[in-house]
Amino acid sequence: METKSDQRLFEQHKQKIKREKKIVFAWQLIILVSFFSLWEVMSKMRWIDPLIFSSPSKIFNHLTSKILDGSMIIHTQVTLFETVLGFIIGTILGILIATTLWSSTRFAKIMDPYLVILNAMPKVALGPIIIVAIGPGYLSIITMGAIISVIITTLVVYSAFKEVDPNYVKVLKSFGATRAQLFKEAIFPATLPAMISTLKVNVGLSWVGVIVGEFLVSKEGLGYLIVYGFQVFDFTLVMSSLILIAIFAAIMYKIVEKIERWLIKHTV
Amino acid sequence: MSFLTLDNVSHHYFSKNDYTKALDHISFSVKEGEFVALVGPSGCGKSTILSIVAGIIQQTSGKVLLNKEPIKQSELAIGYMLQQDYLFPWKTILDNVLLGPKIHNTDTEEIRNKALELLEEVGLPNVADAYPDSLSGGMRQRVALVRTLITDPKVLLLDEPFSALDYQTKLKLEDLVFKLLKTYHKTAILVTHDIGEAISMSDRILVMDANPGTIAKTFDVPIEIRNEMPFTARRHNKFQNLFDKVWEELNKNDANTPI
Repeated sequence: METKSDQRLFEQHKQKIKREKKIVFAWQLIILVSFFSLWEVMSKMRWIDPLIFSSPSKIFNHLTSKILDGSMIIHTQVTLFETVLGFIIGTILGILIATTLWSSTRFAKIMDPYLVILNAMPKVALGPIIIVAIGPGYLSIITMGAIISVIITTLVVYSAFKEVDPNYVKVLKSFGATRAQLFKEAIFPATLPAMISTLKVNVGLSWVGVIVGEFLVSKEGLGYLIVYGFQVFDFTLVMSSLILIAIFAAIMYKIVEKIERWLIKHTV
Repeated sequence: MSFLTLDNVSHHYFSKNDYTKALDHISFSVKEGEFVALVGPSGCGKSTILSIVAGIIQQTSGKVLLNKEPIKQSELAIGYMLQQDYLFPWKTILDNVLLGPKIHNTDTEEIRNKALELLEEVGLPNVADAYPDSLSGGMRQRVALVRTLITDPKVLLLDEPFSALDYQTKLKLEDLVFKLLKTYHKTAILVTHDIGEAISMSDRILVMDANPGTIAKTFDVPIEIRNEMPFTARRHNKFQNLFDKVWEELNKNDANTPI
């Protein structure tokens, strides 16, 4: 009898959680649908200038035709390729620099003021110099995507390295571990969560770097389409590119979240 | 005769504007198989002594000899157990236990089996593949004990290893550690705040004084108490007598510092 009512309470609890989830999802859907319908209606009724703000139906038609003829796919591929590569290079390079800083405290002290300056400096301002130095093309755009995230990754990861509980190091040292072993057994695994959270920031940053890079110099890519659409006053094209960027940035973020859940099952 | 010797060891801690003398000419020696307890007020340098013996920090002057050799060259001979277990949460219990062998590159099938045996001996069968977060505090500290014992250290340093546990678990673990150390004939230094723990577990008690850290007095634990397990030792009629003496000594040192 008792177990039965316990079970029932548990079922009620599960129902409650399920209902809450449904309510949240319903509201999310309502916001999405009303945003696009309001946009559509306002554009149709000419409350906003359809030339500037376009409309969801126009964007949808534009996107489907451009995707079907393949041109949009090429532009998206280019930008995605540049962003993913910039993101990976920026993150890995940042972690590597942080590791060298950790391996020599003196080197870290020497580098400190330079890192502060580099971090404070707006990296996109380096765009023209990068393009002149490396030449217009994928390479300088990927560099833009990487350079924008590398310094902040270095700083965040390095400070995470320093904040690892010294007692883990003490345990390893009592076994006579070398500095490389300290890093491999304690410092690196203990800071995985911090590294993953920089990944999340870097997803957004790399998009900024690549899109700005494409604004400056490119013949393909979503950033190029935005600038081109702006120049020929085709805002349906601009909006279409924006929507694709939003979708793919969100997908990249979700993938990083999946990696996070898979990697840090047992950290802290 | 003496196995581990500290000869006039002093240590200073330096900070930006100041320095403190943590240890002032500490000399004592420990015989093989002996269990020595260090008690004293906070900040008297008990843990500093352990860190120096473990080779984690370098004393500013004096010598530490193990079997007549400077301690640096025989790092592998020291096992260190901390206040908290500090098991690595991303490693399984077995991998945590095998941390020492991994560092020394002696992680063999044989040592793996020994690890499993030791885990069973401390009452933890079937946890080898679990992660630390699924174990209770007492279980985790037992794993930490196995991690310390697996490298077969000649000297065990116990830095208040029971202080973070609840009273019941603490008493049980005291018995377990005591039994294991006697079985494997280990030399040990225990740092503790708990006078009862010091008396019931050790052969000799060094009472320390703070600012700077010195050894104020040494008490030998009566043989009758030494032969008892810690739990029953607390009930021995000579226990209270020694407890009062140590208590008095500690309070004498404390006399001019208000609580």
